[in-house]
Amino acid sequence: MLGLDKRDTKFLWIVIFLTLATPVLLQPFPEGSALAQFNAGYPDLMQRFAIFGIFAIGFNILFGLTGYLSFGHAAFLGIGSYSVVWMYKLLDYNVIWGLPLAVIMSGIFALGIGYISLRRSGIYFSILTLAFAQMSFALAYSVLTPLTNGETGLQVYTSDKQILMGATEPNSPHFFGIVMRDNFWQPNIGGWQFTFNNGYYFCAIIAIIAFYISMRIFRSPFGMMLRAVKSNQQRMSYTGLSPRPYTLAAFVISGMYAGLAGGLLASMDPLAGAERMQWTASGEVVLMTILGGAGTLLGPVLGAGFIKYFENIFSKINDNVLHGWFSFLPDGLEDFVVAVIHPFVGKGWHLTLGLLFMAVVIFLPGGLVELGQRIGRLFSRKAAEDETTADVKPAE
Amino acid sequence: MGILEVKGVNKRFGGLQALGNVNLSIQENTVHAIIGPNGAGKSTLLNVLVGKLIPDTGSVMFDGQSVLGRKPHEINQMGISRVFQTPEIFGDLNVMENVLIPCFAKRDGSFRMHAFESVPNEKDLIEKAEQMLIDVKMIDKRKMHAASMSRGDKRRLEMAMCLVQEPRLLLLDEPTAGMARADTNNTIDLLKEIKAKRDITMAIIEHDMHVVFSLAERITVLAQGTPLVEDSPENIKGHPKVQEAYLGQAHG
Ligand SMILES: Nc1ncnc2c1ncn2[C@@H]1O[C@H](COP(=O)(O)OP(=O)(O)O)[C@@H](O)[C@H]1O
Ligand SMILES: [Mg+2]
Repeated sequence: MLGLDKRDTKFLWIVIFLTLATPVLLQPFPEGSALAQFNAGYPDLMQRFAIFGIFAIGFNILFGLTGYLSFGHAAFLGIGSYSVVWMYKLLDYNVIWGLPLAVIMSGIFALGIGYISLRRSGIYFSILTLAFAQMSFALAYSVLTPLTNGETGLQVYTSDKQILMGATEPNSPHFFGIVMRDNFWQPNIGGWQFTFNNGYYFCAIIAIIAFYISMRIFRSPFGMMLRAVKSNQQRMSYTGLSPRPYTLAAFVISGMYAGLAGGLLASMDPLAGAERMQWTASGEVVLMTILGGAGTLLGPVLGAGFIKYFENIFSKINDNVLHGWFSFLPDGLEDFVVAVIHPFVGKGWHLTLGLLFMAVVIFLPGGLVELGQRIGRLFSRKAAEDETTADVKPAE
Repeated sequence: MGILEVKGVNKRFGGLQALGNVNLSIQENTVHAIIGPNGAGKSTLLNVLVGKLIPDTGSVMFDGQSVLGRKPHEINQMGISRVFQTPEIFGDLNVMENVLIPCFAKRDGSFRMHAFESVPNEKDLIEKAEQMLIDVKMIDKRKMHAASMSRGDKRRLEMAMCLVQEPRLLLLDEPTAGMARADTNNTIDLLKEIKAKRDITMAIIEHDMHVVFSLAERITVLAQGTPLVEDSPENIKGHPKVQEAYLGQAHG
């Protein structure tokens, strides 16, 4: 179906199901229970899962397939956000104008930055992309203030023209009247509170399309060429193909994905700030991709979800929460346990994430996807042992 | 006029004269062996032919067109393919993909996106690649990860990658080095078969005299970067200068 083989079609259906069911799946604990802390099914966070998933999927087309490690992709994220907010200011709050512009603008910038950066490979390429991103950040932060509103960030003011703005039109980002921040259904089922949010589903549908496109690219002759570039550029040249246009195309595509993600950030929250372009944001997408599994289809999405979950959930666990959990322990011991855990939660979530990242890089070079595969193999071996008659096929 | 004409080529690496006034003419549809002791400059000469190195002076004409100053991928598209001394393959890809990529390169000629096509739909190219793998007796290894194969298999794969492009000039840099006797004989048979099937010119660098004398129609002996003699295999065997400079050394 849709140009995919049977296995990929099944895989895509699973991804679609999981994406659409996210508001339920991420809300496993009833409201008010001690573990409700760990629920992640609220709109703001789910939107981030989808948006950073898109960012990482695109990044993976460059890094996972060609091996070129860009340290400047946040620049495109920022360009996407600015494009969308400008369309709010000039036209109206319908995201239909801004999102295509975000993709086009980031594509144009990626073409220029990629053309220059791809003259070098390895660490020099990474440094060049980093330099470009930091330049973009500096431009957005101070030099181009008329375009970016500098430190304050770009936002919509009542004095803005908004020439297409209708009298009854919503006064916040929407898609033909579907207001992003509104929830269309908030059922409370036996203590479980679920939130079905317009914005999340808007992002989710775009994320599914983005995932599908990346799947097609992975399976295409183009995707094969990108893997060939990563494997042996010398052989590629002596086979009659210059690697450069392939890497540039991958760079532009991943830049457009980043621009789309940036545009969606501004579609959920009508703001664009320079800090979105900072090197920390560029580094974050690298972490997401490696943590999840570079070069795999699902890995970057898992990595993005994992990091955003940590950032939002672990960071909320403060000493009060910890004391609540361990109150059953004797006083002295309770304080001790809380003191031991304290550095790893709350503001210390980066520490936990850093340790996890190291563990993954050392023990699971294939990322979370490899972890899943290992567990899967473990189970299939057990199943095979239990069922001696079963016909075991070697894994591909 | 040969299909390949090398005239007055010099190449220095610092103080070392790797190639000194090389003149070489390879006739169309012949197998031309280049022999000589280690360090004679044989690989350097091939590097000049495929655009990996630019000579200090001299000219290299392929089919009446200069190859100097062209990029390696442009030279390949002119019809020159090369098998390297240490196999250059796509190690992270499987055997089938390794052979498919040259098929795409040959058909497309230059960069094409094909981002929304699927590899299994390219029936013609797949058929061509499969036939090539049958010819080199590797069809049962088509799904194998290329990097995990033996050195002999990697060489055969690289040869398949070059042959599937149907080059007009095939350059082979010690194609049987590190191969077992049986594989060496298979390689000789394969090259003879290809030669019988279609028009192709081959320049082969080889240490194994069995291979050289089984295949070559002309032999050039290179020593210290300069061609010593060029003649037919029969004459080369008995040539005193050759015995002294190369064969004597190689055999004892
Ligand atoms: N890129 C290079 N830089 C410096 N010296 C080189 C380079 N390539 C080859 N040489 C030197 O040139 C000489 C000829 O090398 P080569 O062409 O590899 O010989 P062979 O006939 O064994 O293939 C050797 O002395 C080698 O060390
Ligand atoms: Mg050599």
